[in-house]
Amino acid sequence: MHADPNGVLTGVHFLDGDHACCEGTLAAGARFAAGYPITPSTEVVERFAWRIPTVGGIFIQMEDELAASIAIQGAVWGGAKAFTVTSGPGFSLMMEHIGYAAITETPCVFVNVQRGGPSTGLPTLPAQADMMQAKWGSHGDYSIIALCPNSPQECFDLTVTGFNLAEEFRVPVMMMLDECVGHMTEKVVIPEAGQIAITPRRFTYKSPAEFRLFEPREDLVPDMVKAGDGYRFHVTGLTHDERGYPSMNVETQDRLVRRMRDKLKPFANGRAVFEAENLDDAEVVVVSYGITSRVAQRATQMARAQGVRAGKFRIISAWPFPEQHIRELAGRVKAFVFPELNLGQMVHEVERCAAGRAKVISVPHAGGSVHKPEVILQAILEAAR
Amino acid sequence: MQRGLTKLGLTEIRIAGFGGQGVILAATVIGKAAAIFEGGYATMTQSFGPEARGGSSAAQVILSGEPILYPYVTQPDILVVMSQEAYTVFAPQLKPGGILIVEQELVRIDHPPQGVRFYGVPATRLAEELGRKVVLNIVMVGFFAAVTHMLDPDSLRQAVADSVPPAMQKLNLQAFDKGFEYGAELVQRLAENGDAEPLLLETES
Repeated sequence: MHADPNGVLTGVHFLDGDHACCEGTLAAGARFAAGYPITPSTEVVERFAWRIPTVGGIFIQMEDELAASIAIQGAVWGGAKAFTVTSGPGFSLMMEHIGYAAITETPCVFVNVQRGGPSTGLPTLPAQADMMQAKWGSHGDYSIIALCPNSPQECFDLTVTGFNLAEEFRVPVMMMLDECVGHMTEKVVIPEAGQIAITPRRFTYKSPAEFRLFEPREDLVPDMVKAGDGYRFHVTGLTHDERGYPSMNVETQDRLVRRMRDKLKPFANGRAVFEAENLDDAEVVVVSYGITSRVAQRATQMARAQGVRAGKFRIISAWPFPEQHIRELAGRVKAFVFPELNLGQMVHEVERCAAGRAKVISVPHAGGSVHKPEVILQAILEAAR
Repeated sequence: MQRGLTKLGLTEIRIAGFGGQGVILAATVIGKAAAIFEGGYATMTQSFGPEARGGSSAAQVILSGEPILYPYVTQPDILVVMSQEAYTVFAPQLKPGGILIVEQELVRIDHPPQGVRFYGVPATRLAEELGRKVVLNIVMVGFFAAVTHMLDPDSLRQAVADSVPPAMQKLNLQAFDKGFEYGAELVQRLAENGDAEPLLLETES
């Protein structure tokens, strides 16, 4: 299926990452957004509120982030594609409803334009310190997908991908931008609607009599229904059986929680999204994501110029973590160097996957800017020694 | 066409002034001209504090013939300033041999930085002559085009037209041309005086 031309602003534009992300939501088919303004993410929904009357859809500025993050889920069960947008403090407030989206398998998108934290931190400056929160911030065992664009162009492209993945796996998808990418303006090419692939919602083909709300298909993902189509259904945050009714026992809990994890297994391995360069002969691999991946690439080029066999592994889908690739690399490289705009978060995943087979060197930065390429270069040179 | 961009390699530009002077739009026009109308690369970032409006405003544009990796300006090759405060804060960071462009009636310079090329333009007054002070930023862009020769003036004109509402296009294009002509005359005058490298100009105080 292709994008609805109504929402696609085909052409060559000079857009910041927030605005490009908004265009991505519209191209992906989002026709409902709810949000509460917060720097540096507000421009995403500001543009959506401006664009949506001509496209046809709804934007609601809610009373807070809790309301925004649950309003979008109501819209999804009403048949819409929907998202909300926030930054650190608001992301913290949304955690309860991220868990709700996970257990109710509500396909929706949370855009987090990360800023320095904790708490209100650095409103206008970048960080990448919500990466673990994106995965573990709500209570209980659950799985999400997180994508990390590093340019306004990718804010468009990956937002479309994010909506598609949300539908395919029925999970909340986290778009993990950062202030730098969100507020950076570059050329953005938006293709014709006919060239943008869209994953439609997989509605059930069963009759209301035979339909069961959480009966998984062979891919472990259940089909959906929407309100008003004649199906009686009950959506709850309580542990539920395949009919959707609360069922408080060990067997149901085990089946539900394991299935929610297992349905993302294909994504963790073969489906992981990443960029790799010069890995064939690499002795040091620089792992990075988001804005840091651009600076890391510069450092990798500088290292190559100095004769160090440095390679690049840029994580685009941070969750599920691309563990298969890191495990494979760990068996043949000397070291991983991992710069990120936090004091060491995703680097723990690399350490876990490397399991002592390669050195893992964290290059932390508390946020507020990006690394100087020279700092990453220094770590690469030390790793190569 | 990438003539200017390829020739100059990676060029860092900072534009700074008061909030409300159109600093961001000026940077947008330059970035758009390079990235869209000349087929090069441009990355624009802005710096601002948590306050909603007022105070100082600065925008940074990096232009290059190659993809731009590091997103921030570290030591600008070109500094365009439209307020005294912006001059005080940013002038010391200008690269040696760089270009300093000032709104000469808003910025008083007692001790010009050494070793830079300096150009002044009364952009606010030129904009007022067009009837609207608000287009001073586009006058500055036109002047920038004439004195730096980095970008094709037609690319910049297209970018101006593309960046303002249709009803404002004519006025903004006039503003661009006004700044461009002022800059072109200045460059010619300096050349006639035998100043291959333009000298520091006296600013009126």
